[in-house]
Amino acid sequence: MAPMERQPLKRCRISDQQKRRELALRRQSVNRRDSQLHARRLASALLDNSPPPQETLTLISQPEIQQEEIEELVVEESGEVSSHKGIDVLEASKLRGSKARHWFSKQLMLPEWMIDVPSRLSHDWYVLPRPAGKRCLVVSSNGTTVSRLRNGSILHHFPSSLPNGARIKDIAGPAHMYCILDCIFHEPDQTYYVIDMICWKGYSLYDCSSEFRFFWVNSKLTETGACDTPSFYHKYRFSLVPVYHCDQMGLQAAYEGNSPFSKDGLLFYNKHAHYHTGITPLALVWKDMNCSQYFLDTDSNGVIPAQQQVVLELKEDGKVGSSDDPSVVFSCLDRDFLQQKNLQPGALLRFAIGDGGLNIFDGKLDMADTNYIGKANRARVSADSYNKVLFQYLARRSPLRIEDLVASINSSQDGMDVVMEVSTYS
Amino acid sequence: MAMEVTQILLNAQSVDGKIRKHAEESLKQFHDQNLPGFLFSLSAELGNNDKPVESRKLAGLILKNALDAKEQLKKAELVQRWLSLDTTVKAQIKACLLQTLSSSSSDARSTASQVIAKIAGIELPHDQWPDLIRSLLSNMGGPQVQSPPHLKQATLETLGYLCEEVPPEVLTQEQVNSVLTAVVQGMNSSEGNNEVRLAATRALYNALGFAQTNFENDMERDYIMRVVCEGTQSSDMKIRQAAFECLVSISSTYYDKLASYMQDVFNITAKAVKEDEEPVALQAIEFWSTICDEEIEILEEYGGDFSGDSDVPCYYFIKQALPALVPMLLETLLKQDEDYDQDEGAWNLAMAGGTCLGLVARTVGDDIVPLVMPFVEENITKPDWRCREAATYAFGSILEGPSPDKLTPLVNRALGFMLNAMKDENNHVKDTTAWTLGRIFEFLPSASVGEPIITQANFPHTLSVLIESMKDAPNVAEKVCGALYFLAQGFEDMGSGSSPLSPFFQDIVQALIATAHRDDAGESRLRTSAYETLNEVVRCSSEETAPLVAQLVPVFLMELGQTLENQRLSSEEREKQNELQGLLCGCLQVIIQKLGSLESTKFVILQCADQMMALFLRVFACRNATVHEEAMLAIGALAYVTGPDFAKYMKDFYPYLEMGLQNFEEYQVCSITVGVVGDICRALDDKILPFCDGIMTQLLKNLSSNQLHRSVKPPIFSCFGDIALAIGENFDKYLIYAMPMLQSAAEVSSQPTSADDETIEYTNQLRNGILEAYSGIFQGFKNSPKTQALMTFAPLVLHFLESIYSEKDMDDTVTKAAVGVLGDLADTLGSSAAPLLRQSVFCKDFVEECLSSHDHLIKETAEWVQMTVSRVVSG
Repeated sequence: MAPMERQPLKRCRISDQQKRRELALRRQSVNRRDSQLHARRLASALLDNSPPPQETLTLISQPEIQQEEIEELVVEESGEVSSHKGIDVLEASKLRGSKARHWFSKQLMLPEWMIDVPSRLSHDWYVLPRPAGKRCLVVSSNGTTVSRLRNGSILHHFPSSLPNGARIKDIAGPAHMYCILDCIFHEPDQTYYVIDMICWKGYSLYDCSSEFRFFWVNSKLTETGACDTPSFYHKYRFSLVPVYHCDQMGLQAAYEGNSPFSKDGLLFYNKHAHYHTGITPLALVWKDMNCSQYFLDTDSNGVIPAQQQVVLELKEDGKVGSSDDPSVVFSCLDRDFLQQKNLQPGALLRFAIGDGGLNIFDGKLDMADTNYIGKANRARVSADSYNKVLFQYLARRSPLRIEDLVASINSSQDGMDVVMEVSTYS
Repeated sequence: MAMEVTQILLNAQSVDGKIRKHAEESLKQFHDQNLPGFLFSLSAELGNNDKPVESRKLAGLILKNALDAKEQLKKAELVQRWLSLDTTVKAQIKACLLQTLSSSSSDARSTASQVIAKIAGIELPHDQWPDLIRSLLSNMGGPQVQSPPHLKQATLETLGYLCEEVPPEVLTQEQVNSVLTAVVQGMNSSEGNNEVRLAATRALYNALGFAQTNFENDMERDYIMRVVCEGTQSSDMKIRQAAFECLVSISSTYYDKLASYMQDVFNITAKAVKEDEEPVALQAIEFWSTICDEEIEILEEYGGDFSGDSDVPCYYFIKQALPALVPMLLETLLKQDEDYDQDEGAWNLAMAGGTCLGLVARTVGDDIVPLVMPFVEENITKPDWRCREAATYAFGSILEGPSPDKLTPLVNRALGFMLNAMKDENNHVKDTTAWTLGRIFEFLPSASVGEPIITQANFPHTLSVLIESMKDAPNVAEKVCGALYFLAQGFEDMGSGSSPLSPFFQDIVQALIATAHRDDAGESRLRTSAYETLNEVVRCSSEETAPLVAQLVPVFLMELGQTLENQRLSSEEREKQNELQGLLCGCLQVIIQKLGSLESTKFVILQCADQMMALFLRVFACRNATVHEEAMLAIGALAYVTGPDFAKYMKDFYPYLEMGLQNFEEYQVCSITVGVVGDICRALDDKILPFCDGIMTQLLKNLSSNQLHRSVKPPIFSCFGDIALAIGENFDKYLIYAMPMLQSAAEVSSQPTSADDETIEYTNQLRNGILEAYSGIFQGFKNSPKTQALMTFAPLVLHFLESIYSEKDMDDTVTKAAVGVLGDLADTLGSSAAPLLRQSVFCKDFVEECLSSHDHLIKETAEWVQMTVSRVVSG
């Protein structure tokens, strides 16, 4: 019967206890959200206040790297398999100077050189024309975009239309909304050609198959303005590279088809392979004279030397070998020679392959005719891989030709596979 | 037997404890041995006019208690028991009760009407006792048959109680019509007997909820309104009061039907406020307060922007009545009681008028200012304290509602005056002035106003006045603490920068601690207010004063330690000590959170974590049976700061954690403990494993209990998620228990909710809890060889997502949680979930919908989900 109790205006007291309860609840639910995001590998709010990566990194001088050197760098560094979860990228963005360079130098997936044709090429592989240029990781975060070369040094630092790649409305986002693209920067048209996607808006794609990654890069990149012509807040254009099923038509399209960039060979990706940092046999590079002007290695003057040159690493016991793990031993230098030249273990040394060539027995290197030339260029971080040496060796003698690839596809194709459509992702 | 019952019932009210106890035992024995016989004897006793009124009343009371209980579970049990009772006995009991309505004893009649209403509340919804309404109405007589007034009065009272007990949909419209007809006839001025009119008026109050259809009809509504208005003019004060209570109820239930009556109602209420006795005048003011409530709600909901199709239009009654209403209310402000500021429960004309004035200001905004300011200016300097207090109160009342633009110049001019008035000779004036200062700081915080009220120039003086006035009488000091609370709050968003409060931080804190330690701090809630203001000052302090906050840690630890020294206390002292411990734990909680959130001061907490924990455990220990909510909250905050190091406290803390989880009675404690389990999970990660059996057992028990307050269930589900995320695949042994619980809660929460906002909100809370549990479980099992254990549950989880998706009544939080679960499921189960995900057609639509959400968190989550699901489905 009594009407509702009315709270007197003047006694309308604050309940601090209620406030404490609510604040505790809010803290708990924020913490829960953080744990969930962490579990989903979205960035956690804990990292939100990490300073943007460019702050000290811009101080790093950009070393002038010769095209030839880059070519070598692309294939030579052995990637030690470091932890590569998406969350680490944000942590890495806190690294400074040489540490940052070191970290980023370990993040690319490096194809092996194709020495023989993998089986089921037409079933399990994609092929794409490889743009000539500087291989780099492009990271957009905190309203800016940074591209880093193979050795981790910065190529460009610029605004872009990638998510969180510029400090403008619609593009800027929370710190964890970063993207990482695997690109080749093509000088002539000043374009970043995207050959793979590693993180998108903070979601890691490391553990995704290349089939999915290509699908995702194709559907997501165009949604942003990243492929638009450059503008004030979008300094460089990004572009997709056409990806083909590696059947006869796909291979032909990749090999002969017109492309806006100058080609430097072909890349082959196994459809089921995850993004693997360092050298992997599930991604391959192949080239010949027709599709690359860098078929045979050049020296620092751009001249093809008469004899093949290789860079090998000096071991404790005087042996010299490739960058592979385990290292493939090419030859052994005697102690007097080492003392005379003052060479320490770990040094990278340049050799010419003599007329004796490489003797391969039962798939393994038995003996090599190596002639010491001198120390390798200081910019080199590691020796050549065995695989690369072998490709260059064969290229000078009996290269793997496009006809061999086509033949391999034809021999494995049954009637069904002929109907497979050329799929292009561009 | 009957003779004996009378004696036992009288003995049960004996002053002699021994006799009473014996009688109570006999009653219990009778109850246990022969319930139908017992209940019938009671009804017969109640109905027997030859019996003493004391035994009759107690018989009725026991009968009533056999039908209803406060506690839900007990109540349901009693209802079932009554329904299963022999029909013949029940018919006899009911006949007795109806008979009693014509008794000459008013106590017996009144008791009988309450019992009848209780039985009606049980039986009518089950289509039993169909002739009840008819037989009651026949008591009212008719043109031919005059019924005795006492029978009519008892019958109307019964109808009133009945309307309180029975849900409106149970009565047919025909029954409603005849009940209303009887009630309204009873109220009519042609009814000569005031007892009958009063009973009828009170019955109408309860019957109004049934009158939906009748209020749609102009003629019927006019008639009801006329009779109610006539009631307000009755010569009997109780009838006038009851009639105004009807008007108050009508003003909220039938707001949209009032337009044509407002002029008359205004005149009636104005007269009552001016001339009538206080209980009547209070109801007359309450009418206008209620109209304000309605209009504030409408204006808030529609933002004052009414399109043609909005079904609850605002009639702007307050705005129209403003020129007459405001003077009427201002007049009441001058009718203060002496010393009312010291009386906690006081409610008088001046307070009701001031409260209403505050509501009017919120309803009309700027328009009230020119109507109130002349009154303020005229009275604020008068010699009579009543005038000064009323003027200050009027000014304070209108600070919420009008725009800052309108208020700022006035407040800027008034501030100096107000600060001076803190030295007024009268306690009430100072009390109201301090309250007004608090409202200035609350509603015109410096950060939000173009021309700040508090400037660098006047800030030191303002603070010194407040600090000085904290030494005033407890009621004034308490208001000053409140003012300081809001003053500090105004500087909350200063963040890591410099706060104007910083130079004075030390002085403020010292003054507040001194106030909390005053001998008379127990009066007017002063101690509580001082500590809580201290909390707000700490919360709102900027980083530059963090070292000063750190100095408070040993102070509060020592104080808390002191409360634990003296254990020999009277129950009153113990209660006081418990309260103080709560306040100190609250302060420590705030400090832990403040210092723990700053990298530069976190070490302070880590350094004395051992000492803090030891004290909190002692607080628990001296409470014995119950766990102190505040200490629990502080421990949660501590666990967050210490992280994995918290493991070392677990052994000693665990018994209290369990005790907290078992505390059904104080469900807030239970709920907070559940939250703290989450804190500890995040702090300890898999180190919590040894305690999980116990915790999970208790949580599962809680969920199965009917006694647990429902608001605790959603956090328990969320807590499952916290535990699963912490212990990963080790959660597998709990799956067989937890999953069915989640499943059945999911079923309940995915059924369409027709109902009110409160139910919808609860349903969404429940869904959120369930979804957080699923997320935690899936995420916890990621990359585990035991993942397949979850496959069995995947279809059910997807089904749940689909059903809440199709309901379309999710709030944003639930949507985000739901789409997240979809991703977690796909992420953890991987390709084994691919066929299932392909079959679930709704997934695509759901994710698409979330991708186009306006909420960026939903969008962001949905993008991840889209990627994860596409990867699984395509892979």
